[in-house]
Amino acid sequence: MAGEKQQTNHGSGPGGHGPGGPRGGRGPRPRIENPGKLFKRVMGYTLKDYAAGWVVVVICIFVSVYSSLQGTMFMRTLIDSYIMPLIGRENPDFAPLMGAISKVACFYALGVLASFTQSKVLIYVGQGTLRNIRNDMFEKMESLPVKYFDTHAHGDIMSMYTNDIDTLRQMISQSIPQMINSAITVVSVFVCMLVLDIPLTLVTLLMVGIMLVATKKIGSLSSRYFMAQQKAIGSLNGCIEETMMGQKVVKVFCHEQESLDQFNELNDQLFESAYQANRFANIMGPVNAQLGNLSYVVCAVVGGILAITGVSGLTLGGLASFLNFNKSFNMPINQVSMQFNSIIMALAGADRIFKLMDEKPEVDEGYVELVNAVRGADGELTESRERTGLWAWKHYHKADDTTTYVELKGDVVFDHVDFGYNDDKMILHDIELYAKPGQKIAFVGATGAGKTTITNLINRFYDIQDGKIRYDAINVNKIKKADLRRSLGIVLQDTHLFTGTVMENIRYGKMDATDSEVKKAAVLANAHGFIQRLPDGYDTMLHGDGANLSQGQRQLLAIARAAIADPPVLILDEATSSIDTRTEKLVQKGMDALMNGRTNFVIAHRLSTVKNSDCIIVLEQGRIIEKGTHDELIEQKGKYYQLYTGNAVS
Amino acid sequence: MLKTFGAHIKEFKKDSVLTPVFMIGEVIMETIIPLLMASIIDDGVTAGNMNHIYLIGVLMLFAALLSLTFGICGGQFGARASAGFARNLRKAMYENIQTFSFSNIDKFSTSGLVTRLTTDVTNIQNAYQMILRMCMRAPASLICAMAMSFFISPRLASIYLVAVILLGCVLAIIVSQAMKHFSQAFPKYDALNESVQENVSAIRVVKAYVREDYEKEKFRNASNNIYKIFCKAEGIVVWNGPVMNFTVYACILLISWTGAHMIVQDALTTGQLMSMLTYCMNILMSLMMLSMIFVMVTMSAASARRICEVLNEKADLANPAEPVHEVKDGSILFDKVSFSYKKDAREPVLKDVNLEIKSGETIGIIGGTGSAKSSLVNLISRLYDVTEGQLLVGGVDVKDYDMEALRNQVAVVLQNNVLFSGTILENLRWGNKEATEEECRHACELACADEFVQKMPEKYNTYIEQGGTNVSGGQKQRLCIARALLKKPKILILDDSTSAVDTATDAKIRKAFAESIPGTTKLIIAQRISSVEHADKIIVMHDGQIDGFGSHEELLANNEIYREVYDAQMSGSGDFDEKVS
Repeated sequence: MAGEKQQTNHGSGPGGHGPGGPRGGRGPRPRIENPGKLFKRVMGYTLKDYAAGWVVVVICIFVSVYSSLQGTMFMRTLIDSYIMPLIGRENPDFAPLMGAISKVACFYALGVLASFTQSKVLIYVGQGTLRNIRNDMFEKMESLPVKYFDTHAHGDIMSMYTNDIDTLRQMISQSIPQMINSAITVVSVFVCMLVLDIPLTLVTLLMVGIMLVATKKIGSLSSRYFMAQQKAIGSLNGCIEETMMGQKVVKVFCHEQESLDQFNELNDQLFESAYQANRFANIMGPVNAQLGNLSYVVCAVVGGILAITGVSGLTLGGLASFLNFNKSFNMPINQVSMQFNSIIMALAGADRIFKLMDEKPEVDEGYVELVNAVRGADGELTESRERTGLWAWKHYHKADDTTTYVELKGDVVFDHVDFGYNDDKMILHDIELYAKPGQKIAFVGATGAGKTTITNLINRFYDIQDGKIRYDAINVNKIKKADLRRSLGIVLQDTHLFTGTVMENIRYGKMDATDSEVKKAAVLANAHGFIQRLPDGYDTMLHGDGANLSQGQRQLLAIARAAIADPPVLILDEATSSIDTRTEKLVQKGMDALMNGRTNFVIAHRLSTVKNSDCIIVLEQGRIIEKGTHDELIEQKGKYYQLYTGNAVS
Repeated sequence: MLKTFGAHIKEFKKDSVLTPVFMIGEVIMETIIPLLMASIIDDGVTAGNMNHIYLIGVLMLFAALLSLTFGICGGQFGARASAGFARNLRKAMYENIQTFSFSNIDKFSTSGLVTRLTTDVTNIQNAYQMILRMCMRAPASLICAMAMSFFISPRLASIYLVAVILLGCVLAIIVSQAMKHFSQAFPKYDALNESVQENVSAIRVVKAYVREDYEKEKFRNASNNIYKIFCKAEGIVVWNGPVMNFTVYACILLISWTGAHMIVQDALTTGQLMSMLTYCMNILMSLMMLSMIFVMVTMSAASARRICEVLNEKADLANPAEPVHEVKDGSILFDKVSFSYKKDAREPVLKDVNLEIKSGETIGIIGGTGSAKSSLVNLISRLYDVTEGQLLVGGVDVKDYDMEALRNQVAVVLQNNVLFSGTILENLRWGNKEATEEECRHACELACADEFVQKMPEKYNTYIEQGGTNVSGGQKQRLCIARALLKKPKILILDDSTSAVDTATDAKIRKAFAESIPGTTKLIIAQRISSVEHADKIIVMHDGQIDGFGSHEELLANNEIYREVYDAQMSGSGDFDEKVS
């Protein structure tokens, strides 16, 4: 799918159509399975909340079609009953005409009102449905396991929120109403034409048949070229992306001419296919219009003859009305094929959206909860409604219907843990380790040894395949995920911040933290200093993942965010990216302050961190090959010794 | 802006002129048809003249066919003109980008350039086609139909005139109001998408802090706001249809009423009345079309502006009038060099640098992030121009060299280096187009790349994916070094180019350099002391200045920064990971 992602026009988000008409009716149709079912599902979505709206819309369409039919039919009465008889009369009486016109005016007024109501209601229906889909999509997305985000390109997820939703909007607020309108118009105009004159209707039908054949012919040609164009765009864009990315290398190697030659070739190819594709698309319009005109001309001639000979009882007024109908018959038929195309496009987007919505959310079968506790006189813990600062795991035992309270300490055990991102390829094998509260466990090993994977397991971003992880002697699978995660702090290698103030970003760790608590956390994390120097201090707005801050400053904020959450267990992935020496010192100090008094799991990159760890775990290809304190391991003269002394054998 | 664009129509001028001409032709034919229609009714049906119907029928057929031909021609020329214009724009931009110096490239981001070359050009292509085909057609249709109406009956036509002016005003108000609202709405919409983006990339943070509900609530509020804003904006646009309908209906009724009187008074015929009603539709529809074009064109204005920025950007480095083509040797002399990336920068990046490097020396460069190590070496191959002072390579000011000659003899392996899609061999030959396979292999051996290339399924013909995703970071760096070696340069600059290569291999590469290319001046920027300690001399950069210059031992004895870094790396707070990988 990614290959044929639609080009997006940033300027036209939702409603970017301005007062414009239908768009996007051309181009190759994407192939989708079961469009009928998808269509039903989309309609079900909008009907669920906006059934009344749709009823109003359909009624309005009926009314406006009816009123315009009345107008066209009026042509006949105008000529036959109010003009012809009066011609040549002295003192013609226009009072009846006035009456008739007033009547039609009423119809027209009704029509205008109906079309206004229809569009107005459609806005709320369209935007409302969009909002609901967006909300549902987001809610669903938030409930998905981390695996989903690791295995799907972020760009593809984003394009659902932008492109796919936008085409859906077009389908709901334009294509479908217009299809309904066209269908009603075609049927009722057809009936009116039959009433007016049967032979002329047959002539019109014949011409419509020709028109459909021609449209189909050109359409298939056009879509073949559009396919070629899409391909040419793809390869040209690929070339552009690549050279722009490597433009500096191009300069250094004086490769300008070569890259220009390559570009020119692709650019010319795109020109050729874009020309052909657009050419046929452009021809479609005039062909349809002129075939319509032709149909009009033929009807005029045939109708003229019929009117003179009076064979089928066609009057002059009848002919006038018929000719107008002829025009309003051709138009919707053209539109149907165009709208049909854009509905198919929208369904392809809907398909992707519904696939997201059908993803399995993260399951949580845990039942052990984290509660505030108080210690009774006997040393027993009991649940408390207030915030006590003392936390306990509330563990209900089904077997004997009892509830026990275990103090939250931060004791973590890995018991023969096997793990792989996929069942068929294990990353970690038989991992065993014990972390007592307050200890620091450091993981070292080459890239790909499985260090970072460990961070995904304790908090259950991923579930292990075999073995057990115990937290305060409780199997983590039994703990409610939300409570488990709340008891774990995590500082990742790449810092992610949110749009909002510095204050809000730190407070993310503890939503009900007071301003002074936030400041305290910032001081602990060594972030207070630079925050104060920001233009608006703690109220400085951060945008685009904190793009206005340096890498080191962002890390400091992430540390502060973890500090305010104050969890007993901390998972730290030390950043490898080089930051300037001064900030790096600050970050180190902040990290050390944060680690103080907690159980820490550190993916270590700094020698100092490794050295003063209670236990160093050396990983190689997913297995623990050495375990112990710095001194012990140095003593062993094994892999760690090699790593430490720099005599790495690779 | 128009002038800039106009210059790129070039060979498609003919198409660009013919398109509107044909479109006008189509319009004229279309306007004639209702007039002929009137004749069929009046002189044919009413008069009972069958022959006249045939005659006019043939004429109408002829007009319709002509109109069809014009329409098809217009469509074709329009397609050619717009597709060609787009091609020329892309080409012109691309060509200009190729002349850009590093500072020009820095000014536009990579993604900025890509958007300009792709999406923005497509927008302009569509707008140009729209302008060529519709911008003439709509007013022409309006004017022709209006003229015909006046020809038939000035009295009735004046009704249209009033309607056109009224409708025009109302449409203008609607469009301007709607644009105002939409321009407020789009940033909000972008912000919403940005927050989704944040959530997608920071999902681990959200989940780790159990903030799913908070994020949902935040999103729901934002989404609701969008809903409200867009309902409001579209609520204005929605007036278009009813206003248009109202005007058309009012015209029809007025024409019917007045027309009926006129027919009875013998001042108008039935056929004429009918054609008047057709013109009514033509006139008002083309007005509608105009307002649409206006919106389209305004929306593409932003794209046009972005494209112009690239087209009008002048490369700020140029070849001298009488360039020197030969670099004599690999000596380098910095004479009171200062440098800043922006002309109006308060503090220069490099301050008063004096430095002398002899040909064939190996020089290590060390210093913290932001100490201007890269800036220093980038000046040597004239990727940027010095702001003050003079920089001599081989005894000649770098500004006097032919840039291509200079860069061929001063090879830089950039910090963020890239391989291009193509085989390994093709990538290597960037360094030297004529290099034989044997030479390529030799270069790879020096760069310690041969060992892993030999293990690849197709060896030197292995295809490198775009962005080099099928080789590891360390392998990529080694290939990039080999590529630079193939230039057989007089000066070789490695800008932190072995950071992902393990220490042992790093040492092997350095050893190979010393043995195989002794005559080449080698500048090696590195983070690890171990990478530079065996160099002839080491430069310690600090805050844009040279803090120390000397051998390892000298610096250990005299330079505080160097000693600090050394102690840190040897004893503890250094980077453990580097030793590991």
